[in-house]
Amino acid sequence: MAARSPRLREKAEVLDTAALDRALTRIAHEILERNGGAKDLTFVGLRTRGVTLAQRLAAKIAAIDGASLPVGALDITLYRDDLDSMHGAPVVRATEIPFSIKDKTVVLVDDVLFTGRTIRAALDALIDLGRPKMIQLAILVDRGHRELPIRPDYIGKNLPTSRREAVAVRLTEHDGEDRVVIEEPEEG
Amino acid sequence: MGWTRKDLVTIRELEAAEILTLIDTAASLQEIAGREIKKVPALRGKTIVNLFYENSTRTRTSFEIAGKWLSADVINFSASGSSAAKGESFVDTARNIAAMSPDVVVVRHSASGAPALLAKALPCAIVNAGDGAHEHPTQALLDLLTIREKKGHFDGLSVAIVGDIAHSRVARSNIHGMRKLGMTVTVAGPPTLIPPYAQELGCKVSYRLEDAIRDVDVIMMLRLQQERMHAGLIPSLREYSRYWGLTLDRLAAHARPDVLIMHPGPVNRGVELSPEVADGPYSVILDQVAKGVAVRMAVLLLLAGGRSAEGPSQ
Repeated sequence: MAARSPRLREKAEVLDTAALDRALTRIAHEILERNGGAKDLTFVGLRTRGVTLAQRLAAKIAAIDGASLPVGALDITLYRDDLDSMHGAPVVRATEIPFSIKDKTVVLVDDVLFTGRTIRAALDALIDLGRPKMIQLAILVDRGHRELPIRPDYIGKNLPTSRREAVAVRLTEHDGEDRVVIEEPEEG
Repeated sequence: MGWTRKDLVTIRELEAAEILTLIDTAASLQEIAGREIKKVPALRGKTIVNLFYENSTRTRTSFEIAGKWLSADVINFSASGSSAAKGESFVDTARNIAAMSPDVVVVRHSASGAPALLAKALPCAIVNAGDGAHEHPTQALLDLLTIREKKGHFDGLSVAIVGDIAHSRVARSNIHGMRKLGMTVTVAGPPTLIPPYAQELGCKVSYRLEDAIRDVDVIMMLRLQQERMHAGLIPSLREYSRYWGLTLDRLAAHARPDVLIMHPGPVNRGVELSPEVADGPYSVILDQVAKGVAVRMAVLLLLAGGRSAEGPSQ
């Protein structure tokens, strides 16, 4: 049976609605600046919230630059390095990348960067789908504690955390609000 | 709902939510078939044994491809040319294979209940790939996935299953699955091929093809095996075909214009299905085959990926 995770309570708000939107706007500008425009750019978001963030970044770039960039969705379950130690059977959601990533610059998007293991799996999964010219990493919240040599190219917010805390990215499409909060276990 | 079972032996014992977990996982895995490199690392280092005591091309190949696309090592063991031919008992053979620590044994056997026996006897996961006239769970799952993809949902759909219901494990697994998912099922065929317990399974029974196919959403035609004629259950293939063969004329006269025609294969062209129907626009027979690999990947992944809740896996 799955280990019961402790109940969490909200400790602090890290980004409110306006700050979250500003962070995404800045990242969109940084992406355009770093790549000298939107040519050959594609977005791939990690399920679930990374996809939503990727769609928002694409919409921002469309508003700034007029370019309509493709957005794909990547599920990394089949590439996880901890499948064997998970409790119960894996839950697989579909990978939907309906465009070729060959020779493109792929901006990989996720909500929180923590150990880096998810991104390691995502890099393997992406490269199985084709050979992109370059992969860049955009992250809304980098909370540290890396276990692999992985570094994001675009960061919404650097947030030093302790391991026992959790970072919750809440997005309107999934959670009814745009907010990032730190949560900590309720003492029992 | 997650998946917690060690084995997949019957559809009958599953809850609707478990069936949906299998189908949803299969739907997610379908995309792999369209990739240039059809391989994901999920079952790296796992061993799958295909233990087939009955001839099968489609099902065995489908399990083999499914295992290989998930990066498992797949070993085929067929009863001919093996120790079974030298008189070793079924369970002894299986125990010997189990001693080599496979993670999954996929078994097909002419005896109903053989997979259930193995599931009790062996610590590894057992998948029923067809046992006697009992069940063929993965076939039912791929049929259900095909139906959902074409119709968009299950609830309230009506299905006619036509042919040799009494001897069909495909029919039994499908009936259980369809009933659990809220579909109505009519079984139809000559009285000698309709089992006495059809109504207990929650099916309507029809003895006329024209009545059975009227206004249903799905028609599933079953293969008529020639042995049934030799056993005296039908007078001749020709007569069977005349009364129970699905032709374009019959479809046009009695069925809905958006009906799906399914068949688990292999098709006896000109017996239960006319070639124009088998190859026609209503037919989803090849969709079913394509879904077979995704469904078997889902089953193997749910059973062998992740640590089993029940027992230690080697």
